[in-house]
Amino acid sequence: MIEPVIPLLYLAAAASFVLALKWLSSVTTARRGVVIGVLGMALAVCGTLLKPEIVSYRWIAVAFVLGSVIGVPMAMMPMTAVPQRTALSHAFGALAAALVGTAEYYLQTPHIDRFTMSALALEVLLGFLTFTASLMAFGKLQEILPTRPITYRNQNVVNVALLGVAVAAGVYLAVRPETAWLFPIFAALALVFGVLLIIPIGGADMPTVISLLNSYAGLSAAAMGFVLNNKLLIIAGALDGSSGLILSVIMCRAMNRSFTNVLFGAFGQVQPAVAGGAEEKTVRSASAEDAADILRAANLVIVVPGYGMAVAQAQHKVRELYDILTKARVEVKFAIHPVAGRMPGHMNVLLAEADIPYDKLMEMEMVNSEFPQADVALVIGANDVTNPAARHDRDSPIYGMPILDVDKARTIMVIKRSMNPGFAGIENELYYMDRTLMVFGDAKAVVGSIVKELAGSGMH
Amino acid sequence: MSQDLELSLYVFVLATFLGFELIRRVSPLLHTPLMSLTNAISAIAVVGSILVAGEQKSVLSTVLGTLAVTCSMINIVGGYLITYRMLRMFRKSGKERS
Repeated sequence: MIEPVIPLLYLAAAASFVLALKWLSSVTTARRGVVIGVLGMALAVCGTLLKPEIVSYRWIAVAFVLGSVIGVPMAMMPMTAVPQRTALSHAFGALAAALVGTAEYYLQTPHIDRFTMSALALEVLLGFLTFTASLMAFGKLQEILPTRPITYRNQNVVNVALLGVAVAAGVYLAVRPETAWLFPIFAALALVFGVLLIIPIGGADMPTVISLLNSYAGLSAAAMGFVLNNKLLIIAGALDGSSGLILSVIMCRAMNRSFTNVLFGAFGQVQPAVAGGAEEKTVRSASAEDAADILRAANLVIVVPGYGMAVAQAQHKVRELYDILTKARVEVKFAIHPVAGRMPGHMNVLLAEADIPYDKLMEMEMVNSEFPQADVALVIGANDVTNPAARHDRDSPIYGMPILDVDKARTIMVIKRSMNPGFAGIENELYYMDRTLMVFGDAKAVVGSIVKELAGSGMH
Repeated sequence: MSQDLELSLYVFVLATFLGFELIRRVSPLLHTPLMSLTNAISAIAVVGSILVAGEQKSVLSTVLGTLAVTCSMINIVGGYLITYRMLRMFRKSGKERS
């Protein structure tokens, strides 16, 4: 009786997801997008629960409660932990797809046609490899695992060979689904490949990798749609798959690197010290007091935040600085490089959390023309994305990467712990320029004392 | 190729193109909420998970299905909630958070 309605519910759910993404395109409609996304998911879940195949709701109810109990705290994590949280949720999503694929395999074999089995193999392969890869990414982001890339000889050969064997096993299973002994081996290969894939990837490449894993999790859901012949799964999976893919392409472009280079290039290894750098270069260092004096006299200040700001949890102090300067009629803008932080858009969310209005957060293309007019470029915890070597030094590993034109500002102030080169181990020539002042110390403490200096001088 | 499969492939290809067009328009400002929203949407795997858990065809499939529903539910609840939380933080200058 109710059954004919179910496809209509699914159709409405698919339309809701499309609208959700459409409305997410701008801040003013984005929240409406989330609401309709929830609605779509509710329709999909209700439609599925109405299916006559379901004979018992007991375990489904248990899982609903359990999932909600774990899901709510995961949504309450601080914004600095969002990259880790995202990696972890990719792991859950991929695991769900892989487990359903595994269950379907044992239920349907040997009466499974080749096409369904191919889709199932793809679902399980992507699901399991994304599961372990996302867990590894989580470990690196949470710093349970070393964040530097771990490399060994013939690493790429090993990885490609392992993937090749896994794909071959998948193809064999598609041709002969009754080879039940091969299935656990196939699943294990996918799990191991996921681990090996992330081992050589460093923290700075996480934005690309997280986006790619996002895409894989979506594609495995789409593959599930082919197995179950469910168009809603195909649509939602494809939307997620294309979204992750676009984001990873944007991230790659922002680093001037290719996909293969990110996955197999092991960027961020300790570079052998360049012999030519032996000549002593001098930097000008300044105190928080000096910094406050310069900021006080400025008309336009452009703040360049990076991952270091997140690590030092300095975003709230930065907000105080923003407030005090804005009140003194100094214009403050923020320059956001696409790969600043550990996931796409990381800096925007952190600064929004600290209550900085989003119209002050500027994309690279828009803000670069403003640096020549800026009195001060204040770099907080960003490094490689400000290195002018990317523009002219053909030998630099980051040559060709689009950067923020920080060096064009009248004065450049860099807040940094020490002169240690950044994550990628590349010297930043910005620090040795005549117009650059280095303010050494923890970002939170330094910004805090600058604010205190400004407030003390009656600037409020 | 069966008609069903042919139709499914059309749906997949068209939805992928639609996805590209939609996502291209999302401002980089919102890339983090975008990723958490698409992550919640990909928890649509809950549909397959519920079927496997509810059909109770074998002990193994029920166990795997229940685990899968749990994982999907974590992403549905956690994903939508954190996306909403993030979006509430974005405000324009001169305006209070709503």
